[in-house]
Amino acid sequence: MDNYTIEREIEIEAPVEVVWRTITEPQLIRTWFSDAAEIEARPGAVGSLTFRADTDAPNVVGITVVAADRPHRFSYRWVYPPGERATEANSTLVTFTLVADGEGRTRLRVVESGLEQMDMGDDEKQKFLEQHRHGWQVQGDRLRDLFAPGHASSP
Amino acid sequence: MNPSSDDDDLWEAMADPTRRKLLDLLVAHGHATATTLTAEMPVSRQAISKHLLLLQRVGLVDGQRQGREVRYEVREQRLAEATGALSEVANRWDRRLRTIKQLAEQAHAADRSKSADSGGGHSPRTTL
Repeated sequence: MDNYTIEREIEIEAPVEVVWRTITEPQLIRTWFSDAAEIEARPGAVGSLTFRADTDAPNVVGITVVAADRPHRFSYRWVYPPGERATEANSTLVTFTLVADGEGRTRLRVVESGLEQMDMGDDEKQKFLEQHRHGWQVQGDRLRDLFAPGHASSP
Repeated sequence: MNPSSDDDDLWEAMADPTRRKLLDLLVAHGHATATTLTAEMPVSRQAISKHLLLLQRVGLVDGQRQGREVRYEVREQRLAEATGALSEVANRWDRRLRTIKQLAEQAHAADRSKSADSGGGHSPRTTL
């Protein structure tokens, strides 16, 4: 079921409260994520994220907050067409977990799941895959290393 | 073949853990048949044959008949494309997490110098 689940973690030299604000406050989300963000860290809150805002084809996607347990857990569904209701079939689930790790240090983990359940129309899927393809070319070799260690061709 | 149904098929082919495992084994062995793969998988030979046919249909493996068996091997270029689809999401999060780390650490450092300064009457710059 969770075939397409991404799990990533990072150690941050800052208290959980500071990290919490960084990942939940719209004006800060704009500095690490989307070009524009309308979102409130409250379960059920519905908002939007805008990517490529300064181009002819800005990409606006919906975001719905699932859980907001300050300052330990923040999760939301996203990448569904704005205006629709977020479901398992049209969105993926992102969950941030913040764990205090000693004085003034935070372990931040992000899990994105449900990528295989994306049941998008051809256009949306095409768009979604196009966004990814840009990165494929850059990352191609490294990805193959990940998938098949020892089988990589040297550059 | 139009590009979007092509992507759909590749996406779906890679979503299945059994098929990913089969690709893994094929890469490790160079080539294999449904029979030799069955020895290493907790799945029936029949199921493995089906998966291999699907992988062949989306271009991830090539099959060559040898007597009563078909010998399969991975098409590397296609596999690189497909694993890219899987890992790009992870790479994006890596980049985002690094930026979050930078931002939070800067904000924290600013908070600290602010409280250290508060006795000195210096007016600190806020970053958050």
